[in-house]
This record gives sequence, structure tokens and C-alpha cells, in this order.
Amino acid sequence: MAQKTIAGKTVEVNAEGYLENPSDWTKEIAVEIADEIGIRLTDKHFEVLDYLRKEHAAGTQLSVRRVGKSGITDIKGLYELFPGGPLKYSSKIAGIPKPASCV
Amino acid sequence: MNSATNETPLKKVCIICAKGNIEDVYATLVLANGAVMEGIEAKVFFTFFGLDAITKNQMKKIHTGTVGNPAMRMPGGLPFPSILGMLPGVEAGVSAMMKSQMDKLDIPPVDEFLEMITAGGGEVYACKLAMDMFKLEEKDLWEGCSGVLTVGDFYGMCGGENTQIIFT
Repeated sequence: MAQKTIAGKTVEVNAEGYLENPSDWTKEIAVEIADEIGIRLTDKHFEVLDYLRKEHAAGTQLSVRRVGKSGITDIKGLYELFPGGPLKYSSKIAGIPKPASCV
Repeated sequence: MNSATNETPLKKVCIICAKGNIEDVYATLVLANGAVMEGIEAKVFFTFFGLDAITKNQMKKIHTGTVGNPAMRMPGGLPFPSILGMLPGVEAGVSAMMKSQMDKLDIPPVDEFLEMITAGGGEVYACKLAMDMFKLEEKDLWEGCSGVLTVGDFYGMCGGENTQIIFT
């Protein structure tokens, strides 16, 4: 397990840079991970991140389809918020594991 | 796998679907959607019986074949005698069962799946020759279809570095 200092906090990350412990997550960490990916976070992004974190904590199997039905954004909107990785980037920024989802 | 360690990541997939049963249509849709989710450009070309997947009147009615399918089994794993597959209603029943299993795994119906792909920037096309063969017109196609192509048009879209053509 690797350690990484993100936004001044030392956290454990996996080989792909996903946080090992969602509880380490802070908004500052989110901003810095998003910055590495090339995404500038807005309030809408944070709404999605909050949703993902809440659903992950509840044990939900996340998918693009599910986020599209969350009422926060539709699928097209999700792609616009997280270009090139609607699920993998949003999860990485939300500090939750990469969803093992094919849909 | 970490894509950062992959020296030449895939940039584009061009997927051809020529069959109209559940397994071939869904293989196409899963591959295309999986591509756009990973930021890979996807072009999908439906031809021959695959056109059913993007034909308004057929797209909600696709089935899986229950005859001549050696991988077909009863729920629980017992062999499925081919002769059963010939009985009226069996194919529809088996297909409905498969669709309900997919629904539990959050796999959407065909029309919604196509919308997910195009929402992510994927493009869906119909084959001109097969359209002529089945006497279909553009108005018969799902609204999200980007157009009707000849095979030459399709190949014209399949250029570029790190592009793969996949035939399901």
C-alpha cells in the first residue's frame, strides 16, 4: 500500500491513486485529485461526489446508470462533469474505490 | 489494470453487430458503453439481423435462441433439451427470464442502453445494404441513430492510431 500526501494530508492510496480509506477524504483532497485529472470542481461536482460517497457507504453497487437516475444529473451531464471517466474519475475524486462495474 | 502503465492506450473502437439475439446485441452494447465510460471513442455499426436492435418496432422484442444453443441450461444448471426450445412460448419465457436477470444487475433495456452510449458521445449507425434488404427506411430506426452508412463510409470512420474493429 502506498502513501501519498494530498492537499497536505498523508493518506493511503492504491496503485491507481484511489484512496484506500474513504474516511480520509476531504474537500481539499477532492480538489487536488480532480486537478491532477484536469477537472475543476464546481458545486454540481460536489453534489455528485456527495451522492457517490453516500451510496458507497450504504453498500450500493454504483454504475453510470444509477448516477444518471440519482436526480442530480443525467448521464450526459455526468459525462460533461467528468469527461473520459464518468464513473472512474468521479469515484477517484470522491475518495471511494473504483467501481467494478461494466455498465 | 492501470491505464497509465499502458504505453499506447486504445483510442477508438468500431463495433459491428450482425446478429439480433440478446447475447450478441448486449455484447455489442456492453462493449460500446464500456468504451465510452473509459473515454474511448465508440462507433457502432448495426447490420443484417443486428438492425433489430435499432429498429423501433423490434428493439424491445429481442430474444435469445432456445434451439441449437448448446450452452442453454435450465435454472439450476440441468441440461435444456433442444426439443423444449421448439415449444411455443419457451423462447419468449427464456428471453424474459434473461432480461429480468440483467435488470437485477442494472443492465438496461436496449433503447436505454443505446441512449447511455450516445449520451457518452458514442455513435450508432445502420448498414445501408441491410436496410435495403429488409425494406427499412430511416424513419423505422431509433431516433438516436446517427445515420445510414455504406461499408465504405464505415471504414472511413475506422482510421486513426490505436483503433480496433470488433465484430461481435
